[in-house]
Amino acid sequence: MFDVEKVREDFPVLHQEVHPGVPLVYLDSAASSQKPRQVIEAMDHYYRHLHANVHRGIHTLSEAATNAYESARERVARFINAPEPETIVFVRNATEAINLVAATWGRRNVREGDEILLTEMEHHANLVPWMMLAEEKGAHLRYVPLTAQGLIDLSAVERYLNPRTKIFAFTAMSNVLGSITPVAALVSAAHSVGAIALVDAAQSVPHMPVDVQALDCDFLAFSGHKMCGPTGSGVLYGRRELLEAMPPYMGGGDMIRRVTFEGFETNDLPYKFEAGTPAIAEAVGLGAAVDYLNSLGMENVHRHEQFITNYAMEALSEVEGLKLLGPPAAQKGGLATFILEGIHPHDIAHIADEDGIAIRAGHHCAMPLHRKLGIAASARASFYVHTTTWEIDRLVQSLQRAREIFRLQRAS
Amino acid sequence: MSSELYREQIIDLYENPLNYGELDPHDFSYEEDNPLCGDVVRIDVRLDERQRIADVRWRGEGCAISQASASLLTEEIKGLTLEEVKAFPKERLLELIGVPLSMARVKCALLSLKVLKAGAYGLPEPDEMRGEE
Repeated sequence: MFDVEKVREDFPVLHQEVHPGVPLVYLDSAASSQKPRQVIEAMDHYYRHLHANVHRGIHTLSEAATNAYESARERVARFINAPEPETIVFVRNATEAINLVAATWGRRNVREGDEILLTEMEHHANLVPWMMLAEEKGAHLRYVPLTAQGLIDLSAVERYLNPRTKIFAFTAMSNVLGSITPVAALVSAAHSVGAIALVDAAQSVPHMPVDVQALDCDFLAFSGHKMCGPTGSGVLYGRRELLEAMPPYMGGGDMIRRVTFEGFETNDLPYKFEAGTPAIAEAVGLGAAVDYLNSLGMENVHRHEQFITNYAMEALSEVEGLKLLGPPAAQKGGLATFILEGIHPHDIAHIADEDGIAIRAGHHCAMPLHRKLGIAASARASFYVHTTTWEIDRLVQSLQRAREIFRLQRAS
Repeated sequence: MSSELYREQIIDLYENPLNYGELDPHDFSYEEDNPLCGDVVRIDVRLDERQRIADVRWRGEGCAISQASASLLTEEIKGLTLEEVKAFPKERLLELIGVPLSMARVKCALLSLKVLKAGAYGLPEPDEMRGEE
């Protein structure tokens, strides 16, 4: 049984007033999630008792820090069912993971005239690195169009894939529309033309069970800070053969096996991609976040968010002049993005903030998608393990108040 | 229905903007957007023979703050010389708006002044992507 009020007790930040007498309602988890005390305490414990540099020292603390860091890697690997911990590269965030692939695998394998396939609903993090690569190599970017409901369907993907497609990089869940993509089918379609598949899982790994072996993806990128973990923790999963064939990303300590004045020999996986002292405490925090999510159960997390999303979409659609973007609740993850006739999203978010409610307003790092939708900006409420129906009710009340302030309806 | 930010004056101006529209012919015209939120403002200005603002019109879309600010600014600059417009202090515009603004919202409030000054200095219009597609 998923007890949301009990879950809320784990999140210290939720129990505060953002303005005098106005308690916080945090509906911006898709931008960054809040942290349970288990994660905060794990990082605190690490710094109080275990910290030293990793993979270097003989001394006890260095070994303790190395164990803590590598144990986090093992837990992350199990969390997404990676075949072995060496296929988990720690990076700063999903953005860095995608940049790493574009700059190493991409530079080595993408040539003039090749195609890089993306979708129309990608986050800037899964657009700009490929734009940079395409410009450098003279490759072409192509975009799978969305259906009217804001979904990606397999037949459209199949029309765009061809033998010139080198990589298909797509989101598992849109951070704007919430649309969930059929990842395994898309990966398989990419493979059928000889392309590799990269999954931007920044919005899926925090919210639903993910199994990289079942998906059969070649790369999968996600951020720790969106899944109860600290900022500065992120993950690139890669298929071993691909990671081994890739040149290193950054040079420095830890990524080398041997250095002479003439040159260097790269280290084994995953250290080849982890130059310099890594974010050790952050990895420890990410490991604790994985433990925390496992203790809740990812199936339960997903079910709770579906329940909240259903509730939110119904409640929001009662607000006059409100238009929800994206597919119906059954095909989307835990968020509701909307526009409200007569009020700019920034004004909506500002009035919500006066009521203690944190929502996002703007283009959510997906400007091309907004242009495609014919709007400059939208407002987004996003949900997580601690989101309750009464928080949704508070948002609806605040939207009514916004309509009153903007003289679109009489005070009730 | 009280709001510290959205006072009557701001909503009034959002509903019934001042100096809204186009001015043709004009001596200069400039447009810019705030890509963060999609606010966009264009200002057309006509000068008299002494290089004073004879008339001004603006048009655009965006949040209540950016739109109210354009109304207040265009009302305030009528009769000023081009040099006075170039030196128009941003503090004065924030004073006219008269509500406390967070850092993010100050950008909304100052978009119209940025557009006006860019036009007054004769800057080329930003060559951006807005017109494509």
